[in-house]
Amino acid sequence: MSELLGVDRLSVHFPARGGQTVRAVENVSFSIEAGETLALVGESGSGKSTLGFTVAGLQTATSGSLRFQGETLTKATWPAARSKIQIVFQDPFGALDPRMPVSDIIAEPLLIQRIGNAASRRTRAAELVEQVGLPRDALNRYPHEFSGGQRQRIAIARALSPAPLLIVADEPLSALDVSIQSQVLNLLKEVQEASHLSYLFISHDLAVVNHLVDRVAVLYLGRLVEVAPREALFAHPAHPYTKALLDAVPRIGRARRRHSGIKGEMPSPLNPPPGCVFHTRCPKAQPICSKVPPALEPAATPGQSAACHFKEA
Amino acid sequence: MRPDAAIGVWTLRWRRFRRHRTGMASLFILLALIAFVLAAYPLESLLHIDPDTTDLFARFDPPGPGHYLGMDEAGRDVLIRLMVGGQISLLVGLLATVIGGVIGTIIGVIAGYFGGRLDGVLMRFTDGMIALPLLPLLIVLGAVDLTKLGFSADFAHSGAAGFWRIVIIISIVDWTSIARLVRAATMQIRERDYVRAARAAGAGAPYMMATHILPNIATPVIVSFTLTVGRVILFESVLSFLGFGVVPPTPSWGNMLNNAQELVTTAPMLAVYPGLLIFVTVIAVNFLGDGLQHAFDPRSEK
Repeated sequence: MSELLGVDRLSVHFPARGGQTVRAVENVSFSIEAGETLALVGESGSGKSTLGFTVAGLQTATSGSLRFQGETLTKATWPAARSKIQIVFQDPFGALDPRMPVSDIIAEPLLIQRIGNAASRRTRAAELVEQVGLPRDALNRYPHEFSGGQRQRIAIARALSPAPLLIVADEPLSALDVSIQSQVLNLLKEVQEASHLSYLFISHDLAVVNHLVDRVAVLYLGRLVEVAPREALFAHPAHPYTKALLDAVPRIGRARRRHSGIKGEMPSPLNPPPGCVFHTRCPKAQPICSKVPPALEPAATPGQSAACHFKEA
Repeated sequence: MRPDAAIGVWTLRWRRFRRHRTGMASLFILLALIAFVLAAYPLESLLHIDPDTTDLFARFDPPGPGHYLGMDEAGRDVLIRLMVGGQISLLVGLLATVIGGVIGTIIGVIAGYFGGRLDGVLMRFTDGMIALPLLPLLIVLGAVDLTKLGFSADFAHSGAAGFWRIVIIISIVDWTSIARLVRAATMQIRERDYVRAARAAGAGAPYMMATHILPNIATPVIVSFTLTVGRVILFESVLSFLGFGVVPPTPSWGNMLNNAQELVTTAPMLAVYPGLLIFVTVIAVNFLGDGLQHAFDPRSEK
């Protein structure tokens, strides 16, 4: 397998009131192999969407760089990469232009990238409509005639139209009914097998993550705290935050443990704590944690790494 | 009937418009009005009448052969004057609305889409235009000497100069409300996910404005356009009354209606005819706007 996307020490900051800076993403590095699915998990406000938007080219990085197919993405190389990196949004109601017929929505990336002519784009839209499991007569209808799950299928078809190599899926299931979630999840798996895609799958639902992904990256306050293969992460989480996240997942047949959860709120990204950003809520915190920020270093299992002074070895 | 193959968005819009009955009826009424005002040319040569020739012995003559709607207070044929006046009124109404509307839409979309400093500059300019007192501005614009702007003296005193002067004056003062409306609507659409998706695919600003923003703000813009048409037709008569633009004896529906006001007890029909034509035009434009809204908004029901 070869590296498809490399994220190298990426930071995204936003200016805030009073000259302060929101450090939404701070010094994040990871990579995605061709055909692989990497999940990006974290609480709301952890910066996972910002990171996803940056990868999709919707947000400029403050520092650091993105590498796509071995080439660093700059102003000059972005335009060519845009058709290879597509995005699926969380809210299927806002993601489709209500005044555009479905065929135009699906073929839009092709039109923008000037791929093919009007006739070939319509043919492609017709193929995709069937591939995502919608009837052919959906082509000339408008988004309001479809349910949430069907709209998400249309959004997936749009993302697939320029034959991308990477799809950034920003919580694509969380706005859907549970019964629909599994259908769309299966669709995502099917199209991945059919066209050897990679996903950057942003989610806060660990049950969904467990079904789809190969590796998991855990984000806390804009920092990567742990990256691990899925089995390793679920079996032996190395970082205390990951452990707390896993403990928070409700499971049938397990008594509720009242004290395992982490306390308090995530600190403000305007004013992150010094040292390890998690030390304010960490059950293992020691004096060193509030002084020295830990680096992301290999942990117990091969391929697993965590940013913690007291990670599970 | 739902074909398997995709058809274009404009075909779909035209189909929706065609199913909108009052919209289609209004389209035909407007086409009939245009045919009516253009019929002035064959009628003039056929009946050998002229809209400006007076005949003081024929003042207030009732309708009769050769003069199907009778004569006005100066003994001129009412029908031919309605036709010729209609040419001016319709053209002023449509041109000034379209020019002013296009200027306002472009400025509004640019300000709303790009935001930031450009938005600030454009909107302060718009506020400045709104703050200018209307009548003194019109008098100044009406007094501009066209020969000093490099036009020939012949053109400066012709009817065409008056016509264009009025179109431009109305366009200049009338774009501001549309600009503000369009800006506010654009700012709502700008951050939608479908705009983001297009940006992620590499779309530039012109594509975004034409494909996503304008169709989605079409409803308020169309309403504003249709309301403007009627207002402009009447505004033309106000300006003509003040002495700019269309000068007597050249007729327009607006000045015919104005002149007839003092005769409303003696010759009420002189006010009724142009009033009725303005009324029909404004109604037809409004329903045409309804039809267009229906065509652009797939969720609207008839």
